[in-house]
Amino acid sequence: MPGLLAKKLGMTNIFAEDGTMIPVTVLQAGPCNVIALKTKEKDGYEAIQLGFGEKKEKHVRKPQLEYYKKAGLKPAAVLREFRNFPIADYKVGDEIKVEIFTVGDKVKVVGKSKGKGFQGVMRRHNFGGVGGTTHGQSDRLRAPGSIGASSYPSRVFKGQRMAGRMGFDRTTVRNLKVVKILPEQNIVMIKGAVPGAINSIVEINK
Amino acid sequence: MDNLKGYVADQLRSDFPSFKPGDRIRVQVKVIEGEKERLQAFEGDVISIRGNGMNRTFTVRKISSGVGVERIFSFHSPKLAKIDVIKEGKVRRAKLYYLRELSGKAARIKDKNQK
Repeated sequence: MPGLLAKKLGMTNIFAEDGTMIPVTVLQAGPCNVIALKTKEKDGYEAIQLGFGEKKEKHVRKPQLEYYKKAGLKPAAVLREFRNFPIADYKVGDEIKVEIFTVGDKVKVVGKSKGKGFQGVMRRHNFGGVGGTTHGQSDRLRAPGSIGASSYPSRVFKGQRMAGRMGFDRTTVRNLKVVKILPEQNIVMIKGAVPGAINSIVEINK
Repeated sequence: MDNLKGYVADQLRSDFPSFKPGDRIRVQVKVIEGEKERLQAFEGDVISIRGNGMNRTFTVRKISSGVGVERIFSFHSPKLAKIDVIKEGKVRRAKLYYLRELSGKAARIKDKNQK
């Protein structure tokens, strides 16, 4: 399952050959450098560590800088490990580009969803709110209702869904289709939406 | 939106004559019937142009056997074969939705080139 790191550039539409319009997310995917290979003997698991983007040397801590120098590479903005890569085919320093994808591939995209701030239970957990404005009830339309019983258990259960911070979670969307690839510009267009704000980093897994 | 234009440049079309809201145009649309492809014309007044880049669309309104018919076309759709500008209209706004309320003589648009 090869994959790449990508930056979300935004959404637009393109036309299919039969004239139907397809909503696409434009992603700047790669080129990613192989920074390290994790092996079963040494690390206990197999994975490939990819670096994406650039970082100025003065912003990198010295031990980290040595880490990149050992690989003979410039410091990357983001490091991420990918498992299930055919790691035998790659060595440290290799560049991986969008060519690993082909049009029509089903991919899995992982990103950090947009932060929504402090949200109530209706938006955060799809509660219905407290209906009805009769029996002296007012100002309760978006309230969570009862959060527990009185004498037994006389406490609120752990995990009770309440209002709070919403969004900015690691979110995965599966079965997205690769619609178009521009190899010279390192662009992948994927049908539909992917998690995250514009300019956020996402993983594309094949 | 604009920063994405470069990536869809091959999809954008610029082979049609320019037209404005109020103009009467004839749009030839490719229609596939079974295995045959033919052209279907839709003639009417442009009442709206909206959107940017790939999302740009225009709305054409005509009166077909007494019933108002509107059709929205995508500017860059590969299904559009040809656009002819038949008449340039003299109008004072960008969106001519008020025409929906009018009928008969009142719903006419003045010709720009006729005094």
